[in-house]
Amino acid sequence: MDFAFTSEQEMLRDQARSYLADRFPIERVIELAESEDGWDEKSWREIAELGWTGLSIAEESGGSEMGFLEEAVILEEMGRALYPGPYAATVGFCMPALARSAELSRGIATGELSATGAWAEAGSVDGWDGIATSASERDGTWSVSGVKELVPDAHAAQVFVVTAVVNRGPGLFAVRAGDSTQVEMLQTVDRTRRLARVRFEDATAVSLASGDEARALWDQIGMRSAASLALEAVGIAQRALEMAIEHASSREQFGKKIGSYEAVSHNVSNIYVATELARSLAYWAAWCVAESDDQAAVAVAAAKSAAGEAAVLACENAIQVHGGMGFTWESPLHRYYKRAEWISSYGGSGASQRKVIAAALFD
Amino acid sequence: MCVTPRERTTIPVVDFRDTPEEASFRAELRSWIEQNLPPGWVDKDPAAGRMDEKVSREWSRKLYEAGYAGLTWPKDFGGAGAPYSFQAIFLEETARSEAPDHIGVIGLGMAGPTITVHGTDEQKNRYLGKILSGEEVWCQGFSEPGSGSDLASLKTKAVDDGDSFVVNGQKVWSSFAHIADFCILLVRTDPAADKHKGITYLLVDMHSPGVEVRPLRQITGDPEFNEIFFSDVRVPKENILGEVNDGWRVAMTTLLHERGTLGFALTARLEVLFRKLVQLAKERSNGEGPATDALIRDRIAQHWIDLQALRFTNYRALTKLMQTGVPGPEGSVAKLHWSETNQRLTKLALEVQGSASRLDDNDAVWNGFWQYQQLRSRGNTIEAGTSEILRNIIAERVLGLPRSR
Repeated sequence: MDFAFTSEQEMLRDQARSYLADRFPIERVIELAESEDGWDEKSWREIAELGWTGLSIAEESGGSEMGFLEEAVILEEMGRALYPGPYAATVGFCMPALARSAELSRGIATGELSATGAWAEAGSVDGWDGIATSASERDGTWSVSGVKELVPDAHAAQVFVVTAVVNRGPGLFAVRAGDSTQVEMLQTVDRTRRLARVRFEDATAVSLASGDEARALWDQIGMRSAASLALEAVGIAQRALEMAIEHASSREQFGKKIGSYEAVSHNVSNIYVATELARSLAYWAAWCVAESDDQAAVAVAAAKSAAGEAAVLACENAIQVHGGMGFTWESPLHRYYKRAEWISSYGGSGASQRKVIAAALFD
Repeated sequence: MCVTPRERTTIPVVDFRDTPEEASFRAELRSWIEQNLPPGWVDKDPAAGRMDEKVSREWSRKLYEAGYAGLTWPKDFGGAGAPYSFQAIFLEETARSEAPDHIGVIGLGMAGPTITVHGTDEQKNRYLGKILSGEEVWCQGFSEPGSGSDLASLKTKAVDDGDSFVVNGQKVWSSFAHIADFCILLVRTDPAADKHKGITYLLVDMHSPGVEVRPLRQITGDPEFNEIFFSDVRVPKENILGEVNDGWRVAMTTLLHERGTLGFALTARLEVLFRKLVQLAKERSNGEGPATDALIRDRIAQHWIDLQALRFTNYRALTKLMQTGVPGPEGSVAKLHWSETNQRLTKLALEVQGSASRLDDNDAVWNGFWQYQQLRSRGNTIEAGTSEILRNIIAERVLGLPRSR
């Protein structure tokens, strides 16, 4: 039994923290959030050059063939910095699908490509039930048609991983953004991770998997996504905790630092407790995903539920500790708060994660 | 988990599997427990769980003979010199099999480790072996009626009288005091000094004249704890642990160990209770009921999450303990979260019973097991550091917030 990151993984964390502090201080993140583009396209190549997009990609496709524990370290730091870009979407969500194509893998590793997942539809939010998007093959070429909702970071992705019906069964496809794809950006609460409606009109596609294989791949995508979001959530909770500590240690009222009042300090201690418990679950979930452990499905459900809720609690408590200042637009706290709520809701809130666990316990 | 053993690497890694050594220790221990549990123990009434002195003494003797008492203690004093992970495995496995407690909980977890650090060779030779064998039972004399969270304000006084100290005062919340042979006792030896600087740590023979133990009945109705009264009790000076007036520092060692690997035992016990809660919810289903009620299912699933969070927080704490030799702040987190989870879980078990939850003992479900557990759980956020004190410790010592007092 060991539960600590290796020194190589800790070096990776230091590297991520210093790159993100340098290139994406919160002022820069806010600037991007307020901009039309919503992200800094140049950063994707930089991240790829640092090796972060290819961490679990095979060496022959230009990656470093490490694994999800290394990616976990980056995801946590990305959450902490509120990086506005498609790292979670590409590496956290889509990697199991992208890995099935050497060409796509190479593109991701070099930073030429980024990706996102297009799964939800008006008649379906989870999995395969009610999916109307369809795929068909003509002269050896696949094409996909349909409308996908709530696609994260679609404005920053060159590849869509799409769930579609093929021969009345499930299929997963990769579609390049282009003339036959249409991205309609939606108004979103969190401006650092936007959502879009994407229309596919006879869009040329690469078939990644179908039938039982597609189902198995979808399960992997689901588990990886939940674990990734849990890790990002831990990063956000950690940052909210740091901000609450900074404020409680400097702000004075009634002639004393407010952190010396237990009504305030216990509020901060509660952030710490929730964050540490969520961290333990998120690391466990990451390990389960990396090792394809039998418990992965319930581990990621537990981590997503606890970490999503911990990040929301951390931000809410931090806002409370900051008093009126925390409630202003000027304070960066609402940016973290909105991302925490995004994470908690995307792919199923705490309650829907707990349904998975209850089913494993009782059914 | 823990299916395929793996090699222990020299660098720290995230890996939850047992090493080959850990796996074989766990396997041996499991089969030893199976063969040695008291007859009828496995099929016992679920209402069991309160201490039985006779069973506990016999069990302690067996553990000692098999080498399972004092796993992490140095070999020189009869311990096994094993790594902390073995102690964690021991606590997990004994709790999961619902084995009886060792009679020397206070001796093994608190008195022994403190004597190991601060004791003279004579003291180590005199006390440690008999703690391990369970021949001598220890209790703790720290809290007083006027000194709970503010422990350093304690008033029990000891006056220098030649070769002895003469002790007068009252201690409270002492488990095992009614059967104890020795007590780790904090006394005030210098009333003029700053409150932390006038305290001395004594090892007191509970059979000395002037020691009186009275049971203290708690809200469960059980007298699990005791009050101890000291009237002109003579304690020889060779029984001072550490230096005169340096008892506060010695006491900190005791409190550190109190929360050291305790998390594993508490979490493993919670796991047992959780399994029983699932069993209860299923039993009371009849096709429609707790196990099919979406609200109850959600809350039970939340308990499972809380339990896993504790388990893996303990593993993180253990890794730190094995790397540094000092328990990390995760211990406070685990105790805080465990106590609140235990309170919620036992309450849910009563809720599942509906109005019948107000029945007790033989008329209640499982002979009042849950009624007892729920009431007992109210003490969890008070004993071994109240939740308020633990939140202060986190705020000040872990997060570095300004001191509240």
